[in-house]
Amino acid sequence: MTISSSSPASSAQIESAQTHQIASARQVSDNENSIDEITSLSPETTGTRAEQERELRARLRRTRRHDQLRSASVTAALTLGLLALFYADLAFGHEVYSFSDITSVIAGIFDGETIPGLSFAIGELRMPRVIIGALCGIAFGMAGASFQHLLRNMMASPDIIGITTGANTAAVFGIVVLGLSDIRLSAFALLGGLATATLVIWLSWDHGPNISKLILMGIGLAAALNALTSWILIRADQWDMQTAQRWLTGSLSDAAWSQVMPITAIVVVSGLLLIALNRHADMLRFGSSMATGLGVRVAPTQIAVLLLAVILLSAATATSGPIAFVSFLAGPIAFRLCGPNKPAIGRAGLVGACLVLASDIVAQHLPQAHVPVGVVTSLIGGPILVILMIRMACTKEV
Amino acid sequence: MTATKEHTRRISPALLYALLVVGTIIMAMLSVMFGSRIVAPSDVVRGLTSGASDIAASAVRTRIPRTVLGILIGAALAMAGALMQGVSRNPLADPSLLGLNTGAAFAIVIAITFFNLATPASYVWIALVGSAATAALVWAVGSIGRFGATPLKLTLAGAVLSSVLSSLTSALLLPRAQNMATYRFWEVGGISGARFNLMLPILPLFALGFIIAFAIAPSLNALALGDEMAVGLGTRLTLVRVIAWTGAVLLCSSATALAGPIGFVGLVIPHAARLLVGSDYRRIMPLCAFMGPLLLLAADVIGRVVTRPADVEVGIVTAIIGAPIFLVLIRRRKVSEV
Repeated sequence: MTISSSSPASSAQIESAQTHQIASARQVSDNENSIDEITSLSPETTGTRAEQERELRARLRRTRRHDQLRSASVTAALTLGLLALFYADLAFGHEVYSFSDITSVIAGIFDGETIPGLSFAIGELRMPRVIIGALCGIAFGMAGASFQHLLRNMMASPDIIGITTGANTAAVFGIVVLGLSDIRLSAFALLGGLATATLVIWLSWDHGPNISKLILMGIGLAAALNALTSWILIRADQWDMQTAQRWLTGSLSDAAWSQVMPITAIVVVSGLLLIALNRHADMLRFGSSMATGLGVRVAPTQIAVLLLAVILLSAATATSGPIAFVSFLAGPIAFRLCGPNKPAIGRAGLVGACLVLASDIVAQHLPQAHVPVGVVTSLIGGPILVILMIRMACTKEV
Repeated sequence: MTATKEHTRRISPALLYALLVVGTIIMAMLSVMFGSRIVAPSDVVRGLTSGASDIAASAVRTRIPRTVLGILIGAALAMAGALMQGVSRNPLADPSLLGLNTGAAFAIVIAITFFNLATPASYVWIALVGSAATAALVWAVGSIGRFGATPLKLTLAGAVLSSVLSSLTSALLLPRAQNMATYRFWEVGGISGARFNLMLPILPLFALGFIIAFAIAPSLNALALGDEMAVGLGTRLTLVRVIAWTGAVLLCSSATALAGPIGFVGLVIPHAARLLVGSDYRRIMPLCAFMGPLLLLAADVIGRVVTRPADVEVGIVTAIIGAPIFLVLIRRRKVSEV
């Protein structure tokens, strides 16, 4: 029996991220001496001890069923939303195609048939962009949520602690100086992300992850890496420069079928591993000693989760560029949708994909043509981050 | 860094300033001597005093504006950093980390894109507006909440706003290849394009900024004691804050307009100064005025020497020197202080 699935705390009542830790603390105490604790929390229950216990068990079951129902419906809604956005992103563009056109093209891809006109316009031009957008969104969302979850802080998303910048700098170096492309470029960006993550986390480790230091270190290191990136860029020629700049903003416009396979493989493998690890990782939020007591091997779990998250993040960054704020936003949104007691890594991935596709649709239709998708996500994400900061600042020290 | 007497004062002020003056003169000499062509010290003197027109003498004369600009900008950034750290009681304040450069950059790109401005003399006013607006915004966002402007919140607010602004900047630049070429050289932060006629119109702003920095230094000391104590001592808090921010914004946006974003000078130098003379801003300010130029000229010379004959822009070198110092500063701080 795991703690998260036996939670008696009513998730519907606890909405916000700020109460996350309080809720966890309560769950722990609930599990230690559950009956007494809850009895004292609900003065309206009267009767004998046995009746109380029965009543409590019934409430527990109801809450659990409610939680499961809620997560299932959230997952279903997100999946449907993602499908709808997928179709919409394929349909809208310079020319608008109908639902049946798109379906027949997709069917044609599986049957190996080509439909004159449509197969090129939808299948070759739009399809890779949309698929890569969705996959990168999943990767950003899962990676961001993993970081936020593991380090127990919303501000600990890879965007903010400099890991994205590390992957960036490596990728720009790879493009401009080494002339890498495709899978080798992804691998190089991956190395850059890993190196930066290791450095930032190692430098800020104070008998455990120290979030304040982590964020400050990340920002400082990102500033230096950005300087390095611009230095590499002014040595690039005009064309490389423009490609790199577009890519640095996070753009899907260069997406091609050749990129689909590598990113699919990485997202599927790392994503499934992360979800599998999530049950263990989830227990880390009760503190490492409690988690150890529950049979979690703390350090290996932490390292594995961080490693997988960095792999996802760097692979996505290498494919689409750092689409701003997706990895930051996906976690909190999924968290709000599912309630605080459910590990929401997979759903954060779905939210990320929805965010990217929705922003891509907006980006295609902004009055100024050819705006990269990253501009749209940063226009949405920036203000939200500021609002969240203000809200957090009003309740506790950030 | 707290205002305690833990800092050692090993060197007498007279000796310190003598060393700094000599150091700056030597650095300025080196800055004029080194480049894609290295000239002898005697050529420097000849280039300065006579009207000789041989290659060495004219190389010297073209490098002098660059050296002067380096001195000006080094002093401006270091003192702007000291002002910001003093007024926000935030040891991590730095013009570039708080997003002022990005604000200036965004304003400049708007100006290039929509108003066809192309000379640094016109940049400066735009940059001033951009970085002042960003400073106000970062300050406003960072100081909301019970604990006021903690270092973490301010830095975070700076980083977030920078990220949004730089996204918008590239959205404006991407469809306009020509503007991008203009912008990207500005963006790196270099002093190689220095010309006296571009610097002259902006000198009054620097002068005003320097005067403010020196004049406000005693009030910064009072501010360091905490709001209540400062008020008790007769300090008008809001007035001091507004004046000090104005000085900081004047200094760093003028510097940014002339040389592009140069990071970490404003962060590192005030800390170094504090280590040497303690936490009295009346001593820190003049020291910054000397140490900033020393660091900037040194970084510029290093940038010219390592990849000769090409330059590494000074903004890159200061970032590479400054980042490890920044990391050490955070590493040494206790958890509660951050």
